[in-house]
Amino acid sequence: MPEPVVSLVGVRFNYGNHVVLDDLDLAVGAGESLALVGRSGSGKSTVLKLIDRLLLPDAGSVVVEGRDTREWDPINLRRRIGYVLQEIGLFPHLTVEENVALVPRLEGWPVERRRARAHDLLELVGLPAAEFADRWPRELSGGQRQRVGVARALAIDPPILLMDEPFGALDSITRQELRTEFQRIRRHLRQTVILVTHDMDEAFALGDRVGVLERGRVTFGRPALTR
Amino acid sequence: MRLLSFWMSHREELAGMVERHLFLVLWSTAIATAIGLPAGIAAAHRPRIGRPLLAAASIAQTIPSLALLGFLLPLPFIGGIGPRIAIVALILYALLPIVRSTAAGLRSIDPAIIDAGVAMGMTARQLLWLVELPLALPSIVAGIRIATIVGIGTATIAAAIGAGGLGEYIFRGLSMVDSTVILAGAIPAALMALLADGILTWVERRLSPGHRQRSTAVPLAVATAALLLMAVVGAAGFGPARPDTIVIGSKNFTEQVVLGELLAQTLERRGIRVTRRLNLGGSFICDRAIRSGDIDAYVEYTGTALAAILKQPLEKDPDAALTSLRNAYGRSGLSVLAPLGFNNTFAMLVRHEDADTLGLATIDDLHRVEAQWRPGFGYEFAERADGYSGLLKTYELRFTTPPRVMELNLVYRALSSRQVDVVAGDATSGLIKALNLTMLRDNRSYFPPYYAVPIVRSAVLLARPELREAFNELAGRISEDDMRAMNASVDVEHRDVAATVRDFLSAKLPN
Repeated sequence: MPEPVVSLVGVRFNYGNHVVLDDLDLAVGAGESLALVGRSGSGKSTVLKLIDRLLLPDAGSVVVEGRDTREWDPINLRRRIGYVLQEIGLFPHLTVEENVALVPRLEGWPVERRRARAHDLLELVGLPAAEFADRWPRELSGGQRQRVGVARALAIDPPILLMDEPFGALDSITRQELRTEFQRIRRHLRQTVILVTHDMDEAFALGDRVGVLERGRVTFGRPALTR
Repeated sequence: MRLLSFWMSHREELAGMVERHLFLVLWSTAIATAIGLPAGIAAAHRPRIGRPLLAAASIAQTIPSLALLGFLLPLPFIGGIGPRIAIVALILYALLPIVRSTAAGLRSIDPAIIDAGVAMGMTARQLLWLVELPLALPSIVAGIRIATIVGIGTATIAAAIGAGGLGEYIFRGLSMVDSTVILAGAIPAALMALLADGILTWVERRLSPGHRQRSTAVPLAVATAALLLMAVVGAAGFGPARPDTIVIGSKNFTEQVVLGELLAQTLERRGIRVTRRLNLGGSFICDRAIRSGDIDAYVEYTGTALAAILKQPLEKDPDAALTSLRNAYGRSGLSVLAPLGFNNTFAMLVRHEDADTLGLATIDDLHRVEAQWRPGFGYEFAERADGYSGLLKTYELRFTTPPRVMELNLVYRALSSRQVDVVAGDATSGLIKALNLTMLRDNRSYFPPYYAVPIVRSAVLLARPELREAFNELAGRISEDDMRAMNASVDVEHRDVAATVRDFLSAKLPN
């Protein structure tokens, strides 16, 4: 494997005196898509939060692009990472376009450029800008909101994409549709992706590699073999 | 109809009061928002700060408004009569709804939305300005709306300390027992509250997430500009009194307002410019105001001055009383001018038919009814050493029912409507005759004399010698009957104070 983009070495993390992650090792290479499966409470989301420096490990180190997250400026680090949450968290006071263009706005892009970018991304996730750009989040279906969430995470083309149960809350038909869509987008963009899910099918559909998170550690199996 | 004609005849004054009222409410709400918004943000983000902060704001809210004004009055910088202290009090009342709704608005934001903001690399400040505040805005505006409405209501109390506004009509009406005048102030205040409620509810609705329309910014800007303009105009129209004008004060009952107007017109007849700060909330407030230079002159009563203000022993001899007053006031840079004539002592009043059937003529006769009757008093009489407690001691009276204490203006009506049976009123009240009341003779000479004397700041007398000359014109010219007649003209015949005084002056002191 080439130099990993994200690696966790001997990571331990406790919530109070409950050990969530214990001596966890994990490495994700550039352009790779890693799916982590686990039951709820297995620490899947914690892994993503450690990578985005929303949390810091109690022991061991989390290294992103060769630098320990403790040494990263949290804002700079998070701008290099797109994060899709299960609850999506679209801003209800901003239109679809404004939601997608928010990070470019924080980065100081000129209006025209961020507008063009938002429209391109909306087309990419299958929401024609002409129809959707000026809508409010509350006017969208669950699947459409999730697509906007993905577009927003990709807004400044971050090298790393974290996805936390991205399609978990959707009905199975929409979920299937979005998976296919996402595979198409990935072929297009080549980001490093780490996604966590409790759904084996989803993990195998979206991950180049699938790890199982159990008792604070990750074990790997080749998708083909485990299947 | 009476109300409409009252408004028509007072329209300039009314416009001024509405403007002053708006000025008080807008400034206090604006300042409370400037303080309350950051406080609410701190409260939402740091519960350890938030809890004591909300508790403090809640406590401020529970203090009755007149009591709060009383507490603030002696404080440096913010104290003293006038709009400043009223604005401070209104700010204290406005803080709670603003702080609470800001905190509540921020706390009610879906945590997933905050998480999304943090995860995309927003700084705390960006999160606050781009996400938290816009989402909490409807709730914040709701808080400002409540604060504004409460402020419009509470600002009517501000008239008690000379801050002006629509409360002046309400207090004036109360002291004249004239519901038309009360309504003349209360109705515009209520309309103002409804209007503010309507405008801010509309703003609130426009601001709720996803309801935004591109055109909102314009009417909002116009409304804000209009409100600011009114506040600025109000501020410009309300500077301190001009240096060459004499500020006349008075307490907040009819006779005092008449006497204040009398001093004012006496000066104006000589071409001296006057600012009126009438209807101040009582002896203590007038005393504080003249000592701090907020007013230059007002009429005090010798008995009140000795016992209640200077805390000196009661003095039954009028001349001796005047001498000790002059000494005591002189040390504080205040001059006591010649008495106006009448003695407005306390009068124990009963209904005329009771006096007739029970044969009551003197205060001693009250022994016959002390087991059944209920007394009623104004606040000052209930508290003062030369008031209720002294009366009981001197006459060895024992009322079995505790007295009802109320606004002095209300005791006459309370007596005639049989809510109480004996009251302490003013000997010169115009209502004695109008309500068919009988005054009991003070056969043990309990009440000290209450001669009306103008109290004037000595510095002003020195600088403007024509003032002494003008005031001395009034010396000994107003008899008890004159005073009762003027009081009745205002309280019973509902005539204008200014007109009543003008008629009296032209009859008594023709130029």
